[in-house]
Amino acid sequence: MSIQVKNINKRFSNFQALNDISLDFPTGKLVALLGPSGCGKTTLLRIIAGLETADSGQILLEGADASNLHVRERQIGFMFQHYALFQHMSVFENVAFGLRVKPKNERPSEAAIRQRVTELLELVQLGNLAKRYPSQLSGGQRQRIALARALAVNPRVLLLDEPFGALDAKVRKELRRWLRQLHDELHITSIFVTHDQEEALEVADEIVLMNKGQVEQVGSPLEVFRHPATPFAFNFLGTANRFDGKWARSGVLVSEDLLPLPPTQAIHTHLAEGGDVIAFARPHDLQIETNFEAAQGVRAKISRILAFGPMARVELSHATQPETYYEVDVPALSIASLNLHEGQAVRLRPSQLQVFPAG
Amino acid sequence: MAQTVGKRVLPGFGLSLGYTLVYLSLIVLIPLSAVFINAASMQWSEFWQVVSSPQVVASYRVSFLTSLLAALINSFFGLLLAWSLVRYNFFGKRLVDALIDLPFALPTAVAGITLSALYAKNGWIGSLFAPLGIKLAFTPLGILIALTFIGLPFVVRTIQPVLQELSLEFEEAAATLGASRWQAFSRVVLPALLPAMLTGFALAFARAVGEYGSVIFIAGNVPMVSEITPLLIITRLEQFDVAGATAIATVMLIVSFSLLLIINGLQHWASNRKRYLTGEDLA
Amino acid sequence: MSGMVGGIQAYQGADIYELSPATREPKWARYTILGLSLAFFAIFLLMPLLAVFVEALRKGWDVYWQAITHPDTGAAIRLTLLAAAIAIPLNLVFGVAAAWCISKFEFRGKQLLITLIDLPFSVSPVVAGLVYVLVFGAHGWFGEWLSEHNIKIIFAVPGIVLATIFVTFPFVARELIPLMQAQGTDAEEAAVSLGASGWQTFWRVTLPSIKWGLLYGVILCNARAMGEFGAVSVVSGHLRGQTTTLPLHVEILYNEYQFAAAFAVASLLALLALVTLGIKLFIEWRSA
Repeated sequence: MSIQVKNINKRFSNFQALNDISLDFPTGKLVALLGPSGCGKTTLLRIIAGLETADSGQILLEGADASNLHVRERQIGFMFQHYALFQHMSVFENVAFGLRVKPKNERPSEAAIRQRVTELLELVQLGNLAKRYPSQLSGGQRQRIALARALAVNPRVLLLDEPFGALDAKVRKELRRWLRQLHDELHITSIFVTHDQEEALEVADEIVLMNKGQVEQVGSPLEVFRHPATPFAFNFLGTANRFDGKWARSGVLVSEDLLPLPPTQAIHTHLAEGGDVIAFARPHDLQIETNFEAAQGVRAKISRILAFGPMARVELSHATQPETYYEVDVPALSIASLNLHEGQAVRLRPSQLQVFPAG
Repeated sequence: MAQTVGKRVLPGFGLSLGYTLVYLSLIVLIPLSAVFINAASMQWSEFWQVVSSPQVVASYRVSFLTSLLAALINSFFGLLLAWSLVRYNFFGKRLVDALIDLPFALPTAVAGITLSALYAKNGWIGSLFAPLGIKLAFTPLGILIALTFIGLPFVVRTIQPVLQELSLEFEEAAATLGASRWQAFSRVVLPALLPAMLTGFALAFARAVGEYGSVIFIAGNVPMVSEITPLLIITRLEQFDVAGATAIATVMLIVSFSLLLIINGLQHWASNRKRYLTGEDLA
Repeated sequence: MSGMVGGIQAYQGADIYELSPATREPKWARYTILGLSLAFFAIFLLMPLLAVFVEALRKGWDVYWQAITHPDTGAAIRLTLLAAAIAIPLNLVFGVAAAWCISKFEFRGKQLLITLIDLPFSVSPVVAGLVYVLVFGAHGWFGEWLSEHNIKIIFAVPGIVLATIFVTFPFVARELIPLMQAQGTDAEEAAVSLGASGWQTFWRVTLPSIKWGLLYGVILCNARAMGEFGAVSVVSGHLRGQTTTLPLHVEILYNEYQFAAAFAVASLLALLALVTLGIKLFIEWRSA
């Protein structure tokens, strides 16, 4: 079951929630819509579900235009952020709801309903809770029941709105793994919305990174993390050190210091010499040069060293602009071997640097 | 105990609680207990004769049936009004919302004479029904009209906030599962509103049972037909039959207290349910 | 929801239900619901309100003016104001005291106390009047003692004031209790820890944060105090110009078939109701 989104636009009074979005969601994959709040990811999910109507554009389900199909005819499974379990119904009745509201001629027999619900409860490993009410369940249990309820009607696609958002950190981690396993079992085309990059990287087959109503990048978690296509993507996925400067062919001129492009890295031919650029380096892609008198590297001062595990985090500030901060990850052993200490003046050089034109 | 001491960091507990209890006792509890104490001094047979006399029993029937019907009418239209106020935009909505409380603010005597004027056979509404041979004012129907008027805000004002806070997710979930709009309403929304509706119904009913001012002008007060129970207390008092009045008042107080207990139970139920609906119970 | 924030905030009131096909009724259903509820509103609330003023002016301004400037009306206004002026401050002090001990402290029987405070609302006004007859009436508990000392409570002004206090008893307390319970004790404890005395804490910390709720309670209390009919009717004795409040005066005029005059006086009370609703709107707008 494939989902295609074509040229979707959505405006809320004076706010452009979605700006000409076109996407292809391949069959059987688990895709994350990732982005900060207000980026339009939930709106897109709701438009796919039919819970909201786009101003223009098309939604294609299995190649057929579903834009004018009412939400109840789209056969999508939707899991809400707070699960929306019906609190006056038992767990069993919640899961059976979708079957019971079918038109008479399509409605399964009572025995068939019972069997289907029991199967689903087994699938989500909560068969023993059928008689409970939602208010008697923990957050994690509610999530599983909500999923079972959505699956009961054999949805063509599964849409999940911040599926882990309402859970505490520990349960969240466990349920992530569980959801991934369940997806591998069922292979139902699924899209989930999240603002948590770690969650997206860990669970999804593919990530759609969104910002301000636009798609920033689409790719596998590894691609998106390793090769961010835009400054936003770099910043949003993982920690990034940012350098504002001018392009100088062999590197980036930050104030008077040259941040040299590592020799292994391809030259950015599309950048104009002397033009304003933004460069990013991950904390583990920066090296500390203890020779302050070296010819290259951005001058900085160590403000703090945090060495708890095998890796140590060194926090620095720019030598002349103390409000500019950097973070560098180094093996804990090199703290001693390099004799790093707080207050020390050093230079920073990248082993991997991503440069984007500014603006 | 440690917690209690911690709480008493603030001053004024003894003074405020003491004053509250003394004032409550002087104004409410002691005078109310007078009804029971006086009733207890009556002979049981004497008491029973008063409260089970045909005229009094007929008044229970009138009071009970009209109150019940009025509360039912209000439950239906109160739900519609609350729904309109929460779910739709329409011209004059703020005015409608504000005037819902009119029966709380308008003195009952004013409501009484106005409703009788409207529903009398030469009134704006009564004149529409008179040619059909239907008499509204000065019949039990008149009582029903007055009780409907005074009960409406109780129902609207208990349903409205619950509907306002009811998350859209429940209806959306029903729709994604294939439910029609009517199925979503009847199977998902209505059960969620049920505690509030029952509370509103009980509040309107309780108020109607004891209502006096708005009713007596429009009731016609025909013995056995359109006499409400509170009116009988007044008539007994006017005949200087204090014991008779006290006996009837005792019955009314017992009914009121029972209703109060039921209402408290309903409100407790509603607030538990609200904790779930707003996700508070997991926090 | 996080993704919706920008969108939802841009919408007001009921528009949010229009966004989703899942929470939108078909047009015919919406118009039926709106039509039925507004028709009910018009017949049961709007029409009576209009009728008061139409009936009051039926015989023209002269009769209207005469009715409301009649000495008996003046006496009724004075008595009504007097009863309210005594009942409101008493119930105000009580309401604040009750809300203070209930919301700021933990003690056993608190729930029972809250229920007892609500009691006067569930008692029929007629019974409310009767209880004072049983206590202070000629054959009541203190009847003999009162007549020996030539003190008149029932069928006199004190009875009217007492009945008014009874029926308006819970108004202020019931507004303040949930409000102050929701606010908790943090602010007061902070004030006390900074060295404020009990009174200073109350006047400078608690009172400013409850002033709208307090005003709201007082407004409701006032509306009921000036409009009470049943309870006052029982204890008043209906002595024209002496023990009649405005609602009782309306009844007397009405029973004497002076309809225009009755409605003229009633229109004053209807205006009071409108002012009450207006202030309520204002408070809701200010505290929103």
